[in-house]
Parts: sequence; C-alpha cells; structure tokens
Amino acid sequence: MIRTPLRPLARVLSAREKGENPDHIERENIRLRAEETRANALNRAEGRLLLLGAAFFLAFCVVGVRMGTLAASVPEEPRSASTGTEISGGRADITDRNGRILATNFSTFSLYAQPKQMVDPEHVATSLVKLFPDMNAEDLQRRFTDGRSFMWLRKKLSPEQMQAVHDIGDPGLLFGPRDMRLYPNGHLASHVLGGASFGAEGVHSAEVIGTAGVERAMDARLRDPAQAATPLALSIDLTVQSTMAEVLEAGMVMMNAKGAAGILLDVHTGEVISMVSLPDFDPNNRPQALLKGDPGDSPLFNRSLQGVYELGSTAKIFTSAQALDIGLVNPDTMVDANAPMRWGKHKIGEFEGKNYGPLLSVTDVIVKSSNVGTAHLALKIGGERQQVFFKSLGLFDPVPIELTEAPGAGPLIPKRWADIVTITTSYGHGMSVSPMHLAVAYAAIANDGILLPPTLLKRDRIPEGTRVMSVQTAEASVKMLREVVTHGTASLGEVPGYEVGGKTGTADKVKKGGGYDKGKNINTFASMFPASNPQYVLVVTLDEASENSGAKPRRTAGWTAVPVAAEVIRRTAPLLGLRPQIAYPPLNAVSAPKP
Amino acid sequence: MRPILFILSAMVLMSLAFWAYRENYATQRALKDVSNLNREIADLRLSLSQQRAEWAYLNRPSRLRDLVALNFDSLGLLPMDPGQFSPVDQVAFPQPPAALPELGTPIDTIGDIETDGEGHVENPPAGAPTSEEPL
Repeated sequence: MIRTPLRPLARVLSAREKGENPDHIERENIRLRAEETRANALNRAEGRLLLLGAAFFLAFCVVGVRMGTLAASVPEEPRSASTGTEISGGRADITDRNGRILATNFSTFSLYAQPKQMVDPEHVATSLVKLFPDMNAEDLQRRFTDGRSFMWLRKKLSPEQMQAVHDIGDPGLLFGPRDMRLYPNGHLASHVLGGASFGAEGVHSAEVIGTAGVERAMDARLRDPAQAATPLALSIDLTVQSTMAEVLEAGMVMMNAKGAAGILLDVHTGEVISMVSLPDFDPNNRPQALLKGDPGDSPLFNRSLQGVYELGSTAKIFTSAQALDIGLVNPDTMVDANAPMRWGKHKIGEFEGKNYGPLLSVTDVIVKSSNVGTAHLALKIGGERQQVFFKSLGLFDPVPIELTEAPGAGPLIPKRWADIVTITTSYGHGMSVSPMHLAVAYAAIANDGILLPPTLLKRDRIPEGTRVMSVQTAEASVKMLREVVTHGTASLGEVPGYEVGGKTGTADKVKKGGGYDKGKNINTFASMFPASNPQYVLVVTLDEASENSGAKPRRTAGWTAVPVAAEVIRRTAPLLGLRPQIAYPPLNAVSAPKP
Repeated sequence: MRPILFILSAMVLMSLAFWAYRENYATQRALKDVSNLNREIADLRLSLSQQRAEWAYLNRPSRLRDLVALNFDSLGLLPMDPGQFSPVDQVAFPQPPAALPELGTPIDTIGDIETDGEGHVENPPAGAPTSEEPL
C-alpha cells in the first residue's frame, strides 16, 4: 500500500511560495483519509449483512421446503426395515433337558375399565359379577361412579370370559393385550420353576417377572431380548421328574408321611436330573405364602432345598471316608464300638439300646450304623480336621444352585465346635443341612472323590471340580455303602440289576424350643447306583413317616425311605438308559442263535 | 439432423418417465407385500407358540398317564421296567414261514344244469353216482 504523506513536500513548498498556511494541506489530507476509511467500513458491513441475509433466506427455504413436503406427502411408517434376526420382547421359554416345554408364554387379554366412558355402570357392575363371582357389585358400582377415569378389573381373561365381557357391550370396558406365563405340566417341577407374575403394568403390555425358583434366579437371562428366542434348557428330565413324583407321592401315602423330597443327581456332571418336593403346588396359580405358622407346612416350601434337618446316620460315611483318607484306618481296622459310650456327662448309645461291640471293623460300623464306632473314629480325626472336611464337602455353605431360595437355605452349624459336637456331627446330629447338601456330598464320593457344584441348567462343559478325597477312599466308601444294602440297614433297597449302595438316616426333628421331638422323625436314604460304576445319586427324604403294617409303627429309614427309594430307582433307572446288570444263564443248544 | 435428435431425446425422456412411474408403483407394491408378509409371519409365530404350548399341555405326563390307564385294553402299555432290558442273544429269531403244502393249479369246472323246461331241476336218475357216495 502506498501511503500518501500528509504534508507532501512539493505542495508545502508551493504553498509557502504563495504565502498559504501549509497546515491546511495537512488537515485536508487527514479528512480525505478518514473519509476513505469510512467508505471501506460501510462497504464491508453491507457485504456482511447481505451474506447473513442470504444464509437466513436459505435456511428458511430449507425449512419451508421440508414443511411443504411433510404436509404434501402421505403419512406412513418406514416399511423397508430389515427382518433378519428375530428379537421378541417376550420372556424366553424354559425347557427340560430334552427340549420339552416346562414354561412358555401365552397371549391373553387383561380387562380394564374407563368409567367416564361407561354408559350404564349399574348394568356393567351386575353383569361383571355374574361372570366373576369374586367381584362385588356394590363395590364395583361405587368405584365406577366416584369420578375416577381408569381402573384395572382383571389381569388375565380366558377367551370365553373375554367374549362374555364383549357381550356386555359397554364402551367403558376395554381389553389390553397380555403375555402370560404358562406352565403346561401343572404341578410337575413346581418348586424348580417357581412362578411368575406381572411387574410394571401398562394398558398395552405388562412386564412378566419371576417370583421364585429358576424363574426368579434366572430372571435377567429369561428377559434378555437377545436370548428370548433360545429357550433356557434345564437339567431336569421331565419323564424322570414325573415318575419320581408319582412314586414319591404313592410312597408318601403308604408310609403315612407328611411330606417327601427326592433328588436325583448325575454324579459326573453335577446336573440335577430330578428334584421333587411334596406336597407341591400349581405354578400357574401360585398360592399365597403362609403368614403365620410354620412355613414348612406350606406347599411352597421346597423340602429338598429348604428342608434343613439333621442328617442322621447318612453322615457316618463322611466320617469313615475322612478316617480312610487321612490313613488312620483301613476298611478292616477294628474300632471300639462298645455301647453305651460315655463322654463327660453325655451318654452315646445305639439304636434301641443295642451293643454292636466290643469291636467292629470300619465297614461294619457303617453297615450296622454304629454311633459309638463313628464317634471313636471322629475323635481320632479331631474336630478341626472334621470341620475342614465338612466345609470342603460344602456342608457349611448354602448350595450354589440356580434357585432364589438357595442362598436363604443355609445349613445350621453349631457355633462352638466342642468335642461332643465332633462326636454328634460324626453321626449326623447337632448339625442341620438340606437333602441337596447331602446329595452333592454323596455325588462327590460317587464321582471318585471330586466334588462338582450342582446345577439345574443343562451343562455343555463339565467344570473341573475340587478333589475332596482320594480315588481309593471314594472306591472303598462306595463299597461300604453297597454292603449297607446287601446285608445292612438298607436291605429293602436292593434293586436287582442296579447294585444300589446307600446309607440310611433317621433323625428326630428338633423342637422349636430345643431338644428332640420323639414321635416326629425325618427319614433319609442317600444312595448311589450302580455301585460298580456310580452314575447317579438319589436322596429320598420322608417327613414324619411311619410304616404301620407291623404290631407297632416302624419309624426307621430302613423301613420307610429305603423301599420308596428302591422303587424310585427301579422305575427311573430304565428311563435314564441304565441297563440292569443281570447274570443271564449261559446259552445252550436251544437258546443259542444259529450261526 | 437436429430435429430428429430432439424428437429422439424427447421419446427417450418420456419412456424413462414411464419406466420411473412403473418402478415407483412396483416398489410401493413390494413394500406393501413385505409388510403383509411380516404381519403374517408374526401371526404365524404367535400361533406356532400357542400350538406349542397346547401340544405341551396335551402331552403333560399326568394326562398321558391317565390316557394310558383308560386305554389299557387296546394299548397294553406298562411303565418302563428293568425286566424289559435283555441281551440280544435272548431275542428270538423270526419264525420261518409255516411250511404248508402248496396248492395246485385251480381247475375251472363247468357243467350244465339239466332242467325240465319249466325251471325245475331234474333229480338225477336213480342209481347215478352222487358226490355223497364213494365213487
């Protein structure tokens, strides 16, 4: 830029010659310069305004065109959305291990009213009461007319009921679609499934939430929209479950028991094949929990998981197994079994005051179910090692299984572990666990000493498990359990071909205030089959059973739980595909097939 | 030359406009078909799940057990039993077909019934051999 000087020398000189004031020239130049600057600024501002105006004009044009197209086009939803993967808002089905449906969804309708649109509230109220006898006409009419604009009437309707409500023909009665949970098998596996109810409810849909059992424990998985199309496969076998429930129900009636529980566990995978608790309920119409009295009397009570009772003699095998494992004894070592045994102020006797002593081999301690012999074994082991072993068998913690009730059903363990506790727990008294605990611990013995966490879900991959005893100990223990059935307290448990091995347990119920209730007992038979290569563990528990065919009622497990368990094995083992090991006569000329 | 080019391009333009018009309607029809099919699929899925539920309900073990008991006469079904397992050796071979004597070739026999002209069958003459008597 060429800067024009304010006082150009030529003009100043000529002005001086003419006698003018050269300061005028400077002032003139300053004015010209200021004018030029103003013109420039004006130009720039005009340009900016123009640009801004154009931008606004364009923006309004875009808005206008968009409004125009929206106003002129037909309103419709975008329809070319892809329909590749199926994502449904429904809850996933639950199936058994073979894919048979245990729980599924069913579309139905709920009924609600908008009383402000109602034509004849009185007629509606009386007609509804005719359809649903549990409703109250006066109450309904009062609520239809007290100015509210909305009320629920019924959560689920059958198609017939819906038609009948349609026939009332009042515009104030409306229906909302509902997905309802359906358990097609009724009572079967009710404690495993639990039940479902509605959570947040709207007119157009309602949330289905699990209230108990697997439904609640696996709620997040069942509600996950990404997995809604794949059903949740349980480890339960529907056929076995049904058979076991049938046999246990018959056994419960025959043995005059108040309740029964049965658990069948696959020892190699830890899967629960069947879990029955009687009395049971219909999960489609789940009863209310008892508000007073013993919750154990409610059909909702899962005896196989929540029924925490003293084990009775079924625990003896743990003591003998530990003694074998540590190397204190071998199955033929003779131990002191002289009854009654005195320990401080306590007296430990045998069943009906018998004395199997003075000496018994470890095998015979188990076969004859000697309390005194087990007590001596436990004293040799010592309380601390005993606690560590029980803990490793999972007897001190709640069972880690996929049921809501599981964490709340922890075992009852004495706080102080005195020597007398060591003695009593060695034969299953003074410590309470559930049949499920027992089944898991027996499965560890049957699975060559490896404890697997139990599961209600079908397992694709078997977890590693923890070794709780050596293979030799496990094998020796299984052999002892087999002898209990062949010539011990569980002789009624023999099922030809299936080599049942097991241990009986009879325990008196603990009274509320303390002490034992003599007439009320829990009879348990914990068994495994076939003994030569254990595949399954079965635990059957009968609550307050007595066998009344003799002169006086027999209340021991050997007379009550064992025959029921034997029948369960006889019926379920073929269903599980186990061939009976029967020695067939050798082929002779008649029976041999022709070459 | 130039007018021909003009006419030609005008015709091309018109045919393209006609093609676009048809394509537009074809697309709309296809979209409508798709939405109808989607609705049908949803309906079918719903009825499939309902039928599956119904199938499970009709096949519930308690009902099957009752049906088996009711129809024992015709079905004769019993619960599975260990005794139903047996080695292959003990399964009997199928019986060979029974060795009956072969039937000979059938012979057609034709005869006339002698009538007396009024439709009555005449008695065979006395002394003539009958099938009752040994020949």
